[in-house]
Amino acid sequence: MATIPVHEWTLLEAAAAVRAGDVSSRALTQALLDRIAALNPTINAYVTLLPEAAMARAAACDEAQARGESLGILHGVPVGLKDIFCTKGIRTTCGSRILGNFIPPYDAAVTERVLGAGAVLLGKQNMDEFAMGSSTETSFFGKTLNPWDTARIPGGSSGGTAAAVAAAMCFAAMGTDTGGSIRQPAALCGVVGLKPTYGRVSRYGMVAFASSLDQGGPLTRSVADAAAMLGIVAGHDPRDSTSLDVPVPDYAAAVGRDLKGLRVGLPKEYFAGEGLDLEVRAAIGQALDALLAAGAEAVEVSLPHTEYALSTYYLIAPAEASSNLARYDGVRYGHRADGASSLVEMMSRTRAEGFGPEVKRRIMIGTYALSAGYYEAFYAKAQKVRTLIRRDFDAAFDKADVLLTPTAPTPAFKIGEKTGDPLTMYLSDIYTIPCNLAGIPGISVPCGMSSDGLPIGAQLLGGHFREETVLSAAAAIERAIPLPRVAPFEG
Amino acid sequence: MAISTDEVRHVARLARLALSEGELDTLCGQLGQILDYVKQLDRLDTAGVTPTSHAVETGTPFREDVVVPFPDKEALLANAPDREGDAFRVPRIIED
Repeated sequence: MATIPVHEWTLLEAAAAVRAGDVSSRALTQALLDRIAALNPTINAYVTLLPEAAMARAAACDEAQARGESLGILHGVPVGLKDIFCTKGIRTTCGSRILGNFIPPYDAAVTERVLGAGAVLLGKQNMDEFAMGSSTETSFFGKTLNPWDTARIPGGSSGGTAAAVAAAMCFAAMGTDTGGSIRQPAALCGVVGLKPTYGRVSRYGMVAFASSLDQGGPLTRSVADAAAMLGIVAGHDPRDSTSLDVPVPDYAAAVGRDLKGLRVGLPKEYFAGEGLDLEVRAAIGQALDALLAAGAEAVEVSLPHTEYALSTYYLIAPAEASSNLARYDGVRYGHRADGASSLVEMMSRTRAEGFGPEVKRRIMIGTYALSAGYYEAFYAKAQKVRTLIRRDFDAAFDKADVLLTPTAPTPAFKIGEKTGDPLTMYLSDIYTIPCNLAGIPGISVPCGMSSDGLPIGAQLLGGHFREETVLSAAAAIERAIPLPRVAPFEG
Repeated sequence: MAISTDEVRHVARLARLALSEGELDTLCGQLGQILDYVKQLDRLDTAGVTPTSHAVETGTPFREDVVVPFPDKEALLANAPDREGDAFRVPRIIED
């Protein structure tokens, strides 16, 4: 461990080093702040940085340790949060102008749990506005660049989070995933991204996009780190009525588990499309070989309604978004337009000024799909197709314990390449969206590099509450395919 | 599926979005394209299929309807763009 730079440690290595007294939280935090100071002006992974608060918290951690107080799992370890989790007294923008001056008076459940485990918060990370996007190009606070190739996007919407983890500008961070927003940027930045079962992690204080699909989860540089983070944030929260009141297993124990007899399903529809890059296909082949070598067996499965998932998602998510985003009206918080003479004019101009083009587009689709005369044809129809998609997964999980698929159809694309054509952009989430519709857990784990030196991720999907299965399979891939865990960008 | 500028204007009014003429034009084309794409759902027969209401069915959670005062009212009100005492001030709603 002494031979690699401090910032390249995994989350668990950093936590162990602090606990053992090998490094102080202050030294660790300063090292990360120095690295952020060098890299963030280019990568733009952080929207808000908290250097003074982080150092004060690190000092408090060191003092607590000196006093012999009992230490949390993340005691003294610097982490980040996507700027979608409310942080008490710290600006929370959700990537939007309309929340540019919003100071939450409370912490999100995820914030409480991460800080409660002893972590030091370095700052709030950049994201597509209101988590709507696949490239982190729609943030009001500027684009985030991919630290593997700064001409390329980091994925989205948790692009700032993935870039920060990949470039070692934090040891781990929490993102959110509505249609792939943890897994897709994790794949494109070469890190691990886990979307838990819907309801596993409380959504209290997490700015809502599409409530029936949104789920918080960790982005880390190792599968063991992801398991540790999930153990911290998972569990019932009475403040979120959709949070599940079920026991939280020992995720860390799942990471080293034997795969003998594990049935790995390959959904044939995920490999049939023309959009799948050949190098991505080959890397998934390597991931499969790793699972087979670890004792798993392969079975072909079918998810026949896959081709309808994108349409279903792009009706349900905007419909829920149009409703959730109605609260941004300039009355109680956020930006307000000047000089309006009536309430409706004030709200309409506030929203027109405060939201960017992608958010407006989705509010419009959603409002249209929910409007009188169209509700049955669009929204109600989509919720029925969603049932068919869930049934596909139920049938697949009768035959297989875990499904292996690509996370994204291609490695990271170039900045600006898809911004003019929303439908093409939406297609980059084709492999991740069905998981959210079904509410099942999914993980993306690095499984190869393209000839251009860009990371490729494999996605593993499990049945409801089967995070342990996807973690154990992801760990086997991680062990078998050695890859650089930190992006080469050095500022 | 063609969607007229008037329809887009109507939806923008429902959504409380004061869109420019340029934005209305662009959205007219893009919404048409997206609605064309999602019309593929019509190919599926969904008669008798129950719509999904929860991805993970767990029953309805109940709790007592108890008022819990927020501990820091001032921090809530401090976010208001315009306030008067403990109230949010907005433009006049009722005409003379």
